[in-house]
Amino acid sequence: MPSAATLIHGGTVLTGTGSRLDGADVLIVNGRIEAVGKNLRAPEGTTIIDAAGRWVTPGIVDIHSHLGVYPSPGLKGLSDGNELTSPVTSNVWAEHSIWPQDPGFEAALEGGVTTLEILPGSGNLIGGRSVVVKNVHATTYQAMKFPGAQQGLKMACGENPKRVYGSKGQAPSTLMGNVAGYRQAFADAQDYRRQWEKYDRELAEYQKKNSKDGAGSDGGDKKATPPSPPKRDLKLETLADVLKGDIRVQMHCYRGDQMATMLDVADEFGFKIVAFHHAVEAYKVADLLASKGVCAAMWADWWGFKVEAYDGIQENVAIVDAPAGSCAMLHSDSEDGIQRLNQEAAKAMSRGVRAGLDIPPERAIRWLTANPAKALGLEDRIGALEAGKNADVVIWNRNPFSVYALADEVFIDGAVAFDRAHPARKPPSDFLLGQPNEEELP
Amino acid sequence: MNAMNVQKASFLSVLALAGAISAANTASAQNSDRNGSNADAAADVLIRGAKVYTVSGRGTLENADVLVHAGKIAGVVQSGAAGLQIPAGARVVEAKGRPLTPGVFAGLTHIGIEEISAESSTVDANVDFKSPAWDQKWRPEFDVTLAYNSRSTLVPVMRIEGLTWTVLAPGAGDSIIAGQGAAVALDGTLEQGSRAVLDGSRSLFVKLGSESEKLTGGSRAAGYMLLDQAIGETRASGPVGQDALLHAAGRTALGRYLSGGRVIFEVERAADILEVLAFAERNHVKPVISGGSEGWLVAKALARAKVPVVLNSLQDLPSDFDRLSSRLDNAARLQRAGVLIAFSSGENHKAYSVRQLAGNAVAHGLPWDAALAAITANPAEIFGQGAVRGRIEKGQVADLVLWNGDPLEVTSAADQVWIGGRTIEMRSRQTELRDRYLRQAKAH
Repeated sequence: MPSAATLIHGGTVLTGTGSRLDGADVLIVNGRIEAVGKNLRAPEGTTIIDAAGRWVTPGIVDIHSHLGVYPSPGLKGLSDGNELTSPVTSNVWAEHSIWPQDPGFEAALEGGVTTLEILPGSGNLIGGRSVVVKNVHATTYQAMKFPGAQQGLKMACGENPKRVYGSKGQAPSTLMGNVAGYRQAFADAQDYRRQWEKYDRELAEYQKKNSKDGAGSDGGDKKATPPSPPKRDLKLETLADVLKGDIRVQMHCYRGDQMATMLDVADEFGFKIVAFHHAVEAYKVADLLASKGVCAAMWADWWGFKVEAYDGIQENVAIVDAPAGSCAMLHSDSEDGIQRLNQEAAKAMSRGVRAGLDIPPERAIRWLTANPAKALGLEDRIGALEAGKNADVVIWNRNPFSVYALADEVFIDGAVAFDRAHPARKPPSDFLLGQPNEEELP
Repeated sequence: MNAMNVQKASFLSVLALAGAISAANTASAQNSDRNGSNADAAADVLIRGAKVYTVSGRGTLENADVLVHAGKIAGVVQSGAAGLQIPAGARVVEAKGRPLTPGVFAGLTHIGIEEISAESSTVDANVDFKSPAWDQKWRPEFDVTLAYNSRSTLVPVMRIEGLTWTVLAPGAGDSIIAGQGAAVALDGTLEQGSRAVLDGSRSLFVKLGSESEKLTGGSRAAGYMLLDQAIGETRASGPVGQDALLHAAGRTALGRYLSGGRVIFEVERAADILEVLAFAERNHVKPVISGGSEGWLVAKALARAKVPVVLNSLQDLPSDFDRLSSRLDNAARLQRAGVLIAFSSGENHKAYSVRQLAGNAVAHGLPWDAALAAITANPAEIFGQGAVRGRIEKGQVADLVLWNGDPLEVTSAADQVWIGGRTIEMRSRQTELRDRYLRQAKAH
């Protein structure tokens, strides 16, 4: 997308770093934030946007989406989010299921979402690799992928895997079966990793020997043939990459006690759980999460749809946010919710304030921006309006913590991806093209 | 009658009533502002100095007093009028300009008939005999309100959010006639089942469109075929034979709706809506469209037929081929065309999101007052409650909510709720959990 130098002038700026600047400017040059502050001087030829009376925030980052893998319309032929054929499918990659024409992407863009993590579903203990995409209209998922972003690994606690496989008469059918499943998978991955490490050592030895001996040597070396590599196992390869720290574990987990169990499992095998998703009971273990440096992705007010969600409360996000070192996030897990994450944050913020916690908008905006950026390992590139970061910016028509707030303009890498005043410029999904959608009948 | 006269008449009635109450009460305890105890929950209440959204012809009264007596609204008057006496023994609530609205409609829900969605032992919302499509037995006599548990944990959760009543709607079973539902007040009193049902709200629920295909042998057209068969059985004078869809009780139940009874048709697609209008006219039922994602396309036809629509204003994606033309301004367009609309989120545990539906509809073109009406007076009208609830008007049931801000704003919350004049204790299982875990959060 074309990116012109742009000065967003005189808005109320929530930086995502915890600051609120009234009547401030955001300068975008070459797709990056050049500067944030008052009375910035713009280079010649800069497009100037008057943001007086409006609010400016970093682009929203949704760390839990199934857009593209469970798209609209919800047809059988397009439902590709859950590989429910084995409780461990760490070999599958969500990106290979994405339908880039999902109209949900542009609806999310209108809600200010500029980056999203698309994950496999939660029917398996280990569901597969996730992918981070920028919310740009594209014909292929490759064109949407966030350059250089790490993949994630979707894992799932609780009821879903044990229901899916228990009902087939397979393991797991209980929580203890779940945990045995994760542990065996990582034990196998440790073994697999050792095989490769052994091979790497032998190969290095072989290469060293051959290069030392040099061409034409007649040393009678017994190791004249190179070691043969272990057979690649795509399931274990993913898990080995987790053990190496190259893939970030994003774990669906509702109950606080199960989060504590999983932290023990992670410690046993030496990997890190970056975030618990759907963390309905995170408020019960807020201190534990903060002390371990684990993020929690939550809804504002979902509860009761299954027993592991029965203890959901509307102050969850605010309570998780309270301890020092916390990392609370709002996520959608929904093609509807992703369009209004600002409203979800507004609900969570106001419930916290009502309960006596001090949460100004400049703090709450982090739940949608800096914190999910951190959980994706992208805190150096997105999630804040700071010099050098990607120019992913939303101009809201008013305080975004309101049911009446709408995103007026959304920038991705400095380019205008959505402009409410010019809806015709919006690239429609191929699917929506030519659908009869405009004329009222007499 | 001009506004002054209305005001004066109401004011006088409050004074008259105040006298009556004084005679009946010797105690003069005045509790200012919120009081959560149950002991005096049914006492008379004077809510003083509120911004009163009457949702009636009187509009919004910037600074008004509302008197509640014997569970009903006894008067609505401008504040500050000289000579107003506080009825002895009445609880006085100082609103200090906060908004007061009628109790909010929770939508078509399973509140009290579904505790935990995924636990079938806690769900009584639908009847499914697992009969195959070719051997169906329909049960329009199924009355889901008999399962209503007023002590469900959902009831306090919803009512402290300002939701004071709901329509229990049977869920999908194995016939396109899901059964009968009705409105209940969320006061949580232990009036079980049919006794909790609000008079005049009983409705029959019919599911057409793509959702019904598995119940009709694969074609939505067969839905009408089967409905015609059932209606034929109902109207037949003699025995109906072994292949009948209905038992005798079912024929009686369905028959009650075939002379102007309220039937809720769950359909989304514009073409299906028009088909329902024709079907309803042919069979003398009073239709309500539930869903209606493509309603805006046929708004004029709906308005002409005076058929209301209960909708989710957040439905904007082409979720299936029945909803390809979903739009965020569906509500605004329907209202502009003159269709009576009400909001329902389709959610059970998140039924409180109905206010968010209303607020978003405003952001997409619906006038604010119309949005408030779509969660108060309009649903009351649609479900036969217009004369008794949905407005802040003398004689209406005292279902009231005092808010800490704009009632349609997601950052607002209910400060105090009254249902049938009873002061609701602002606690739920969720607030108990909150309070248990909040202490350590506040220590940070």
